[in-house]
Amino acid sequence: MDEGPPKDVKIGVFVCHCGENIGGVVDCKSVVQVVKSLPNVIVTRDYTYMCSKFGQELIRSAIKKKGVNRVVVAACSPAMHEKTFMKTLEDAELNPWLLEIANIREQVSWVTKESDKATEKAEHIIRAAIEKSARLRPFEAKEIEIEQAVLVVGAGVAGIQAALDVAEAGHKVYLVERKPSIGGKMAQLDKTFPTLDCSSCILTPLMGKAADHQNIELFTLSEVKNVEGSIGKFEVTIARTPRYVDEEECTACGRCARECNVEVLDEFNVGLSMRKTVYLPFAQAVPRVFVIDKKHCEDCGKCAEKCPRGAIHYDMQPEEITVTVGTIILATGYELYDPAKIVSYRHGIYPNIRTNLELERILYGMGPTGGKVVLENGETPKSIAIINCVGSRDQNHKEYCSRYCCMSALKNVALLKEKLGEDLEIIVCFRDLRAFGKGFEEFYRTVRGMNVHFIRGTPSDIRRTPEGQLYFDVFDATLNKMLRIEPDMIVLQMALEPTPGTMELSKIFGTPVGADGFFSERHAKLGPVESVSSGIFIAGCCRGPVDIADSVSQASAAASKAIQLLDKKIVKQDWVVPHLNIELCSGCGVCVDVCPFKAITQREDLRAELITAKCKGCGICTAECPTGALQLHHYADDELVAQLRGLLQEAAL
Amino acid sequence: MPSEFEPRVVIFCCKWCSYAAADGAGLARMEYPSNAEIVKVPCSGKVDALYILKAFEYGADGVLVTGCLLGSCHYLDGNFKAENRVKFVQNLLDEIGFGSERLRLRFLSSAMSNTFVEEVREMVDHIRALGPSPLTLKKITVSE
Repeated sequence: MDEGPPKDVKIGVFVCHCGENIGGVVDCKSVVQVVKSLPNVIVTRDYTYMCSKFGQELIRSAIKKKGVNRVVVAACSPAMHEKTFMKTLEDAELNPWLLEIANIREQVSWVTKESDKATEKAEHIIRAAIEKSARLRPFEAKEIEIEQAVLVVGAGVAGIQAALDVAEAGHKVYLVERKPSIGGKMAQLDKTFPTLDCSSCILTPLMGKAADHQNIELFTLSEVKNVEGSIGKFEVTIARTPRYVDEEECTACGRCARECNVEVLDEFNVGLSMRKTVYLPFAQAVPRVFVIDKKHCEDCGKCAEKCPRGAIHYDMQPEEITVTVGTIILATGYELYDPAKIVSYRHGIYPNIRTNLELERILYGMGPTGGKVVLENGETPKSIAIINCVGSRDQNHKEYCSRYCCMSALKNVALLKEKLGEDLEIIVCFRDLRAFGKGFEEFYRTVRGMNVHFIRGTPSDIRRTPEGQLYFDVFDATLNKMLRIEPDMIVLQMALEPTPGTMELSKIFGTPVGADGFFSERHAKLGPVESVSSGIFIAGCCRGPVDIADSVSQASAAASKAIQLLDKKIVKQDWVVPHLNIELCSGCGVCVDVCPFKAITQREDLRAELITAKCKGCGICTAECPTGALQLHHYADDELVAQLRGLLQEAAL
Repeated sequence: MPSEFEPRVVIFCCKWCSYAAADGAGLARMEYPSNAEIVKVPCSGKVDALYILKAFEYGADGVLVTGCLLGSCHYLDGNFKAENRVKFVQNLLDEIGFGSERLRLRFLSSAMSNTFVEEVREMVDHIRALGPSPLTLKKITVSE
């Protein structure tokens, strides 16, 4: 099967020390001595930082002056610098796919303590890379034209900011939101930390701007149902549920709601008030149009009858719209962790135990209580306990820090003191107080001066005396003492988790989520807003907990990445596709059956035909092809078999 | 069997999940046996039966194929195809008397570096207990 490497192969091997990262464990000099004598290797070099300008120059000059035509770089993971070195080859006029990376940092020096074992493993991996590289074939990556439009999924503050940035740069944006209004979680907040400015005052103008922007097409009550294609050309199917109210005709006069007799819990006020089944989601909703909650509607017909504009139509049908975009920004946000899952804190069982989001609505001047902080019996609370990290940093619930709850707790202290006076007793139970952002520590100091009890300790379960007094015990680690707290009201600073449906979106968009359920980024440091899939970007809480300021920064970063792609107009695809040797094809059709993307069809003579535009380069067809007619570039059978032989050379005896 | 026998284990890693999990293990400086070595593939569904058999032929004592969690394949169902193929090769290995226990398939996500390291350690222990591959014991010369 293997006819050996082509005769003119000249391999250059470049071993990187990565400072002490590799060099401190792997004996790079001895590795170079070993691989030097391998067939076809004509240049071997080791250097402190191969990715540096000088390191790359070593590679370029070996290609130009010594005629090296296959390059092995033994360094960090290809996820880190494969693209850097591909560019190096290109600069030296060598096909960039004639590069093979031997990952001797993440796979060797960072996971192996003993130097001799690490050096031996590095030798194996580099030898395997050399064997593989000798058989590598040049590959001409297809040029992809970038469709001049962007899809933004989720219209919370991150999605709105991203959409506006792209639109301001002159590009078309499709902004898709599942709820009847844009605004997301930020629209539900009362005031924001550390500046205590009103949340809707800063968000509402942004919402209006997005809705009115000539380059933004807004889809509310809509979800992405299907995505086909890849970077440059994604065909996106958007499913829109009917609003039953004509957006053009409705003036939000509210007549319909006055006629409606059915009341249900208002989700915008987290169930603290009622709304009609025909309703405006909230006062500043965008679009400012009513919507019918068909699940609860009794079809009495009164609202349609009384609507002065005749805007209500019960017969509106669900729609499917298909749009074509070049890139995608995911900003699907978060949901509060369900307090019912933390049974010991009795939320929803005992009265006067609130989540922080419920408190936001209670504090809000036009909220369900008109901005009055009252107990369920109508009295004003004299003492309030705030519990941080509820469900966060907890192996039984969410292992990660929610990143907002410390500061939100401090903000709540400041607002409660402002509303109920200095005499209000406030107890904050925290594990660690993390005031890490700009202006956060200063705000913390201000709040500390407000006569608040800060207790470092995790509360016991919340109980209630027969008289109805709430209480819990907490061990104060500073006082080294068990304390009993008997507050009138308790606020739970809840953990957060990815929006329900994130898993489904991950499948629809073909981009993975991590163990915590949030979208994974391409690189923790160097690719924070790029998803693992080319052309798809992530911003805000869908990639992990962040506060508003960070969400907005990420949204702008993701938008700028999307704009870069659009402005380039043409990019080279960064994945390989198979090569089809039609002479070897027997016409069995197995490849057609196994291809997940319908990228292979059968010609009239039953032999295969590859539609490269649809191919995503998984190589499954090549593994199934019985004759070897299909070979994936960079992962061809002879290349991988050679790699295995190199890896195991002395094991076979 | 020599008591200091250290097996050679080849791990096929899908670039979307287990390869990234292995990178994560490196980043977190988790330690795992140095005799487990990785071959990168674009998808576990790309692991040809040929590669597994060649790995054994060339002297691997164990082969671990790793793919994304079922339902999370970047290419929709590549890991299901990998599952079928690994079962096929396991049957084949049983039929020829080599034994299927030297070949394993595991599913994990890119975030599961801990699981990756545990699986690798367990695989190496498992193969160490099994002893050297019958192919390397009999010193079969590999003809090319």
